[in-house]
Amino acid sequence: MKDWTQVSYTYDGSFAGFLTCMDESFRHFEEPLAFQSPEDNRTSLYPERVIATDQSRAKRFYRGIRETVSKQAQTLVSHAFLTCMPERECAIWQFLQFARTIGPGVTYWITDDRVNRLNKAVQHLYTEAHLLKGFTRFSDARGLLWSEISPKNRVLPLLRPHFCQRFHDETFFIYDSTHHEALLYSDGKWGIRPVEQIEFPKDDAQEADYQRLWQKFYDTIAIEGRYNPKLRMSHVPKRYWEHMTELKGELEREKRGRTDTELALLAE
Amino acid sequence: MELMDKLEILADAAKYDAACTSSGLDKKSARARLGSSMMAGCCHTFSADGRCVTLLKVLLTNCCVYDCQYCVNRRSNDTRRAAFTPEELAELTIQFFRRNYIEGLFLSSAVVRNPDYTTELMIRALTLLRETYGFRGYIHAKAIPGADPLLTWRLGLLADRLSVNIELPSAQSLGLLAPDKKKDAILKPMALIRDGSAESRRSIRQLPAKQALHFAPAGQSTQMIIGATPENDRHILNLTQNLYQKYKLKRVFYSAYMPVSTSSLLPAPEGFKPPLLREHRLYQADWLLRFYGFDASELLDEEHPNFDPNLDPKCCWALGHMEFFPVEVNRADYEMLLRVPGIGMTSARRILTARRTCTLDYAALKKLGVVLKRAQYFITCGGRMTDGLRVKQDGVLRHLVALERPKLLAYEPEQLSLFDGGDAV
Repeated sequence: MKDWTQVSYTYDGSFAGFLTCMDESFRHFEEPLAFQSPEDNRTSLYPERVIATDQSRAKRFYRGIRETVSKQAQTLVSHAFLTCMPERECAIWQFLQFARTIGPGVTYWITDDRVNRLNKAVQHLYTEAHLLKGFTRFSDARGLLWSEISPKNRVLPLLRPHFCQRFHDETFFIYDSTHHEALLYSDGKWGIRPVEQIEFPKDDAQEADYQRLWQKFYDTIAIEGRYNPKLRMSHVPKRYWEHMTELKGELEREKRGRTDTELALLAE
Repeated sequence: MELMDKLEILADAAKYDAACTSSGLDKKSARARLGSSMMAGCCHTFSADGRCVTLLKVLLTNCCVYDCQYCVNRRSNDTRRAAFTPEELAELTIQFFRRNYIEGLFLSSAVVRNPDYTTELMIRALTLLRETYGFRGYIHAKAIPGADPLLTWRLGLLADRLSVNIELPSAQSLGLLAPDKKKDAILKPMALIRDGSAESRRSIRQLPAKQALHFAPAGQSTQMIIGATPENDRHILNLTQNLYQKYKLKRVFYSAYMPVSTSSLLPAPEGFKPPLLREHRLYQADWLLRFYGFDASELLDEEHPNFDPNLDPKCCWALGHMEFFPVEVNRADYEMLLRVPGIGMTSARRILTARRTCTLDYAALKKLGVVLKRAQYFITCGGRMTDGLRVKQDGVLRHLVALERPKLLAYEPEQLSLFDGGDAV
């Protein structure tokens, strides 16, 4: 058994960069205990290594996962990288380390902590992506459809096939305000790009009309005799409301209502 | 009339239809200009009553020649009437779809003039959507009982799912409350859709894409109103099972009766509470029939013709059949695991996967996300029950009922009302 040197990796934050780190780690028997991006000013307790992204090494390593472990393991790794799990890079490294000892069947070891952690995080990602397939709302600005979401995980790569398929002849973008990324689509071509600053188009009269029609439909469809806001809340968690046309108003009313009661309490 | 008013009237008139699903069909075509659908369906929002909104659910018109007592659109009811033109409806659907408000259209209609004329109107609206707009999203259309089979066939070629509402759980109730609808007129289109849909699925599998026949490829569903008429749960569940087996339905929906009428044939609206808990129990049982391998006769019999409001149907069955339990988690097959209260399809599948690599103990089950609060009374891990758990049958019953109680509160929000003498469920 060889000794693993403990290190801290600094890389550019991309998936290819991460895979280069993994390749480096398993080649030189280095155990990464922390990952940093170049902007991070934290000093690490471990010797720091700066890894330059190498596309071909990354590709080879990625293919290697499928060939020496399994397709499922490869998918698990790539999706786990998109999650918001704290220390996700270390968790993935531990999984890969475990996969080296187990081999092809590693994804069946669902009671093992190294596999279980990734599974839980990826499940969270899938759930969020599925919800957002429904909860994302577009506005039409003279033919361009645009949308803003603020997910916890990086869901854009998972939303991409769905929306590109669905809006085949449209031009659209989805802006992820948590991770400052946008999915752009036009004429059958797509891209996911980092976006620093963004200015959304203003809604015109026609757009406002359709939003009002939708609001009217939404308010009408509920059956008063079955009113059950708790059930709704469990299906549409509040954090999605701010970007949903039909629930935005309710959220604002609620916020105002709360401040009003707070003011009343203060006055007493 | 403004589009806004029409939408309000016609969505309001359609809202008592419980079905709002977009599932059962994966449609991804590179040639599609707009729209796709996914197997699992997709909820786009949830209304204030907590129900999923996935389709633009409207009537084409609410001007009806029938006089069904339980229905808000009956001819004798004094209510605002409206009708979409096919052009308006198609444009509205497309614009809502582009903004990702909806997964598609749920088109139903009151019977205007006669069933044939109504169906023709619906066909016109759907043709416009499919052909002029090239829309490939989900369309659920209501077949109108009594329409010419050829027209129903054409409707099915445009829709992904068709449904015919059975409305009430027995022919007697139907005769009493909906004198214009005949049981036969409902079952005939159901049989037509069943055969057409089966044929269509076969052709999609076997023929090249261009020749394949797309007749309601996502199958058919139906709905019935619960609590307006005296049928018991056993009757309803047996009917449901028959519908699934004989008519190959994808879903049967139950809709708790909402007091929309003062007819002497129906429960009086004053003080009437819609039987929401009963509806919930029926849905639970419905799931047991479709996914858990249960038979209607196992869940209810002549001595117990109704579900216990305090306990879900699976728990009830388990308590009545303690001879099958406890189940050893490390050896039981999938079917037996599914019968354990608290273990669903996801948990059962995970248990099977995990067993390939190790022997399961309680800590491992927790890690898999198996919820033990119900299951612990019915399983062993490596021959042992949970530490400190001693089981007597009436004790288990008490625990399970206590677990269920907080959930039941949601169904009786006005428990403390002074004027409320009767029991809701």
